[in-house]
Amino acid sequence: MGDRIFKQAVTGVALLIVTITIALGVMLVWQSWPALKSMGFKFITTSHWNPVLEEYGILPLIFGTIVSSFLALCIAGPIGLGIAIFLSELAPRWLGGIVGFLVELLAAIPSVIFGLWGILYLVPVLRTQVEPWLIEHAAGFPLFEGPPYGVGMLAASLILAIMVIPILSSVCRDVLRAVPREQREAAYALGATRWEVIRISVVSYAKSGIFGALFLGLGRALGETMAVTMVIGNSPIISKSILAPAQTMASMIANEFAEASSDMYVSAVIAVALMLFVLTLIINGFARFLVHKTAHPTG
Amino acid sequence: MSHIRIENLSVQFGDHQALRDVSIDVKRHAVTAIIGPSGCGKSTLIRSINRMHDTIPTSAVSGKIFLDGEDVLKMSDVTALRRRVGMVFQRPNPFPTMSIYDNVAAGLRLNGKQNRREMEERVVKSITQAALWNEVKDRLHKSPMSLSGGQQQRLCIARALAVQPEVLLLDEPCSALDPIATARVEELIDELKSRFTIVMVTHNMQQAARTSQYTAFMYMGQLIEYGNTTELFTKPKVQQTEDYITGRFG
Repeated sequence: MGDRIFKQAVTGVALLIVTITIALGVMLVWQSWPALKSMGFKFITTSHWNPVLEEYGILPLIFGTIVSSFLALCIAGPIGLGIAIFLSELAPRWLGGIVGFLVELLAAIPSVIFGLWGILYLVPVLRTQVEPWLIEHAAGFPLFEGPPYGVGMLAASLILAIMVIPILSSVCRDVLRAVPREQREAAYALGATRWEVIRISVVSYAKSGIFGALFLGLGRALGETMAVTMVIGNSPIISKSILAPAQTMASMIANEFAEASSDMYVSAVIAVALMLFVLTLIINGFARFLVHKTAHPTG
Repeated sequence: MSHIRIENLSVQFGDHQALRDVSIDVKRHAVTAIIGPSGCGKSTLIRSINRMHDTIPTSAVSGKIFLDGEDVLKMSDVTALRRRVGMVFQRPNPFPTMSIYDNVAAGLRLNGKQNRREMEERVVKSITQAALWNEVKDRLHKSPMSLSGGQQQRLCIARALAVQPEVLLLDEPCSALDPIATARVEELIDELKSRFTIVMVTHNMQQAARTSQYTAFMYMGQLIEYGNTTELFTKPKVQQTEDYITGRFG
């Protein structure tokens, strides 16, 4: 009897999560339908976002979301993996414990605090020191062109990178620690140095798990709203320069939902949410595919 | 002619004494088997020879291990030592993300530059020496995880042979294999002894009797008896050895 109740209870909550996901998807499609119907494919292929003229094109938002997350991952990837290697392979137990604890603490900091730190400290430093230097030394290189605003793609990517490092390094550390001892010994016995052991046996064995960690980080970066909104500059433009302001889908929703005055405007904002929902689904699906492929290499 | 001479070797892990004052001469180009019950220090002994204990922070090794007269414990370059003294482990441990070819080439690549043809020759030769060539020649660039356990173990032997060691340490190389794969590996060990000095730890007394020329019996971290395999198994000098090989304990 107790067994049956328990079984029904856990089946119930399991079904609940499926129902919530579906309900969410259905609601997003239903609410965004007016905007999607009036814009058609232009919704994702054009760049003008003008609620007054009822023009809604979100290409710059898609661009901003993907580029800022991708850049963040490029910065955080090597750092996170480095921290993980240090924690699992090199650090003495007591030091590993302290650093590991601090890294996990970083993950628990609310994102609005990162945003505040970004506005008050990171952005001024970028505006007065880093960006002028980049502009001067990379003269003509399109990635670093334009005035040093401080806020923009670079600031957003840096903030995202810092926010993604904890999850990356703690997942990578667990993955590296799970590499069997025999794998390390195999490399040592061949005359490998400590660094070579890490490279040919540990990291290579853990490759699929490291991919998994990267995509978990990407998932976090794509959806991050508050901190990004505070430092990205919130202009829906596509620029070659990473110093220019940009906007992500999440930051746009946070910025404009409250001021959406017409039904069509609200519908367009919800349509952006739908796109973000779909994008994260695709990225996660692709991630799982990749992890699966690396975890089960064809024989 | 002895190749490896061990004098008064003691090994400690934390406060656990794993090896106590062991002295033994290992003959060149022969198979020396080390037998004894679990936890008697067999593996600890052979892992001292290529200084695998260096990787364990709590270990303390004292005594002397001479490899051709040179004290192993005083060598400054451990990686050079480990290239002279290859090792194969209890469970097959190929690198799963590398191809069969790259597994065998892994040790060569660590040694640095070598042109592709030389490398290829050496890889093919090592796989052939490990009696694996016919089974893998059509799938050199596939994953080693598609091989059977016995094939994987011979691949690990090929990987160890590729760096051209003088000594091969085998740590219960057949304990994870079925009888047929075991027979193949034993045959292989028999062929390899003309070119390499082999020290093999085994649980299996029949295996020691079949494949080795010399046998050492260890108990509780100490070397109890060491000698010619046939003599040790037929006329053991120490009562403990006799009790062990006749199955009275262990």
